[in-house]
Amino acid sequence: MVPEGTPGACWIRGRIVDGTGEPVVDALVESWQADPDGRFDHPDDPRGARPSTVPGFRGFGRCETDAQGRYALLTVKPGALPTPEGETEAPHLALSVFARGLLHRLVTRVYFPDEAGNATDPLLRDVDPARRDTLLASPAPDGYTFDICLQGEHETVFFAV
Amino acid sequence: MTQDTTGKLVLPGYRRDDVDAHPPLLSPGYKSTVTRAPRQPLTYLPQRLTEITGPVLGAGRLGELDHDLTRQHDGEPLGQRIIVHGRVLDGDGRAVPHTLVEIWQANAAGRYRHTLDNWPAPLDPNFTGVGRAMTDAQGRYEFVTVQPGAYPWRNHDNAWRPAHIHFSLFGRAFTQRLVAQMYFPGDPLFFQDPIFNSVRDEQARQRMVARYDHATTRPEWALAYEFDIVLRGRDATPFEDEDDDE
Repeated sequence: MVPEGTPGACWIRGRIVDGTGEPVVDALVESWQADPDGRFDHPDDPRGARPSTVPGFRGFGRCETDAQGRYALLTVKPGALPTPEGETEAPHLALSVFARGLLHRLVTRVYFPDEAGNATDPLLRDVDPARRDTLLASPAPDGYTFDICLQGEHETVFFAV
Repeated sequence: MTQDTTGKLVLPGYRRDDVDAHPPLLSPGYKSTVTRAPRQPLTYLPQRLTEITGPVLGAGRLGELDHDLTRQHDGEPLGQRIIVHGRVLDGDGRAVPHTLVEIWQANAAGRYRHTLDNWPAPLDPNFTGVGRAMTDAQGRYEFVTVQPGAYPWRNHDNAWRPAHIHFSLFGRAFTQRLVAQMYFPGDPLFFQDPIFNSVRDEQARQRMVARYDHATTRPEWALAYEFDIVLRGRDATPFEDEDDDE
């Protein structure tokens, strides 16, 4: 989502596995997010379209999985977002997963650990508490880890958007 | 679309698709879905700022020949040259202008240029099989390519995919993102293809089939197919003027 060398940039890395635990080696992951100020350079944002203050920020990223089912996205942490109901969404990325065997894309979200706003995020509140952790990235040396399980005991929460 | 008098955000909404418009993720006739389709029900995601915005992928990112898959190499690819054109519309019939359309496809022999495709059909040194185009102000796009071939896959006994072109669309918002396949009219392989038939509704299946378009053929040069793509439409909102509907 940002050029390499962007100050404060972090990697979000993860692995995609199927219901048998095999890596999904033919997936494409796409991400979409607000900039660090919680703004979008998009005409439908009622607060006004605003180019990001981060040079080269695109908000959009795309990565194919490798032979081990791994993907990696370089980004800057997004800001929190206001909702029409007057609440606040904690910082998050929207992910789409495309792959052989997925007749329609899967949509999930990456939330950040140790983010106080997670406790009051209106979407996390709607998610089954037993599965909420599947939406939380974990800290890694150069950013965060976010694994995606398409099926199985630890199946990631996917959304109807 | 603006903040109302109380300072609350008012966002555009997009209608969710009919149940039968898309295939069930778990469609056991298509074997790969069995280990890959989620088994838990999807969680309802209200459309908020992240969902009603999306990447604005400007024309500046495209090369002049990105839409012409027959002119991306030194020589011309083998195969029947075709023009594939149409409009990108939303569910209300409104054009979706200036949006990115991506395609990818097998070559005329039915082989993808991809490390995971190794069946014994020839690669074509003059064909990559990837194209990109922006829609114009009326939502129109056009590609020039060659007719893709059918190819075998190991899903079931003697399984062959009908010839198809993959389409990827962004629309205007994250919620409109769509990846689809375009098929050719009268393909004799439809009956045995679990991907084509995973779409349960007959009318919805027919919307994946292009129309042969003799009027757009170029004499002594190329055949033509027309393929319109409909993304989800907007909900009416209190802030959309009634005469705003084109």
